[in-house]
Amino acid sequence: MKELIERLRNKFPVKDEVFQKDALSFITTEKSQAIELVTHLRDYEGYTHLVLLTAVDWIEDGIFQLTYLLNNPAEKKDLGVLVMLDREDPVMTSSHHLWAAMATYQRELFEMFGISFPGSPRLEEPFILEGWHGIPPYRRDFDTKKYSQETYFQRPGRETHDPAEHMKKKMYPEGS
Amino acid sequence: MSLEDIKKRTVLDPDGKEIEIDPLKDYYCAATPDMKMEHHKSSAPIIEKFANWARSESLWILAFGTGCGAIEMRPLMTPKYDAYRFGIQWRATPRQSNVFIISGYMSVKTLKRAIRAYEQMPSPKYVLGLGSCTINGGMYWDSYNTINRLDHYMPVDVYVVGCMPRPESILSGFDTLKKLIKEGKGEGAAKYAENFEWYKKNQKQIIQDWDMPDYNW
Repeated sequence: MKELIERLRNKFPVKDEVFQKDALSFITTEKSQAIELVTHLRDYEGYTHLVLLTAVDWIEDGIFQLTYLLNNPAEKKDLGVLVMLDREDPVMTSSHHLWAAMATYQRELFEMFGISFPGSPRLEEPFILEGWHGIPPYRRDFDTKKYSQETYFQRPGRETHDPAEHMKKKMYPEGS
Repeated sequence: MSLEDIKKRTVLDPDGKEIEIDPLKDYYCAATPDMKMEHHKSSAPIIEKFANWARSESLWILAFGTGCGAIEMRPLMTPKYDAYRFGIQWRATPRQSNVFIISGYMSVKTLKRAIRAYEQMPSPKYVLGLGSCTINGGMYWDSYNTINRLDHYMPVDVYVVGCMPRPESILSGFDTLKKLIKEGKGEGAAKYAENFEWYKKNQKQIIQDWDMPDYNW
């Protein structure tokens, strides 16, 4: 995969290569040329299959990381293309024209992370959540426990035990 | 359905005339459930007792798996557990069933469908809450998208605890349900009609984009 990345480096800004396994690598590229790079991988390098598009919220660094994970069925290799977005203005070029499934991934990311992909079909229609107000739930500053306690009716009397401590007390009540 | 579908609008009728339709009034009945109608009490106790026996021995389940617990219902249909020998069978539509098994966690999106299905079922109808999730949220108690207490949205007759309960537990739950019905305590539909406004208030508090009639039947 090193050769592939060297080839890519001639055409695109590629940095932070991670060779995780023989058949799995990650590269980071610039936001402006990411879709060109993905298109190039699909059309010239045999990475014809889109495994997934997902996002990571690096709240401490103020960025969203997009991962385009591509698969080369002929060589049985995976390549992840990472793109860093500004967390304050999370907008990415839509790539729904490359794979039919991409529009669905982008819809999901729009709903769960609030990352916008202008021009992607049916982007703003509700996908999993219906009538959601407030900040998207997969952002890390969203407090799911607090939201649940405020929104849904709690049944009193819920206790939580640490499994290790609980079993220790139960099995060795004398303490040994 | 979407919010657009229930908005008032003008349409052209087959003769080319413009008519105004209000889907909530024209397509659905605006009446709320009537408590007297839901009770089904007979004047003679012996007939009521007979009717309750008949009801308890003919439990038709709505085949609507709302969560992971739906998997545990499949073995009940097989020869090993064979729920059919207890008069329990699965039906494909709410109009033909009288037991609604809420099988596990319930997301807000599913809750909307479940309420519609529950209200479409003919009474007397019963709700069986399967798994810890229906009782207090179970392992999804702090999730942003799953409800915690089912009994705030629809009347629950029997809870079956566990995560997940095995098919034997479900059969035991049916046993309890049968006992309740025979004692004349399976009055979930009447309870729903009686506290209709409270249930609606709770449901609408959770479901933000309410795009259906208040009572779907």
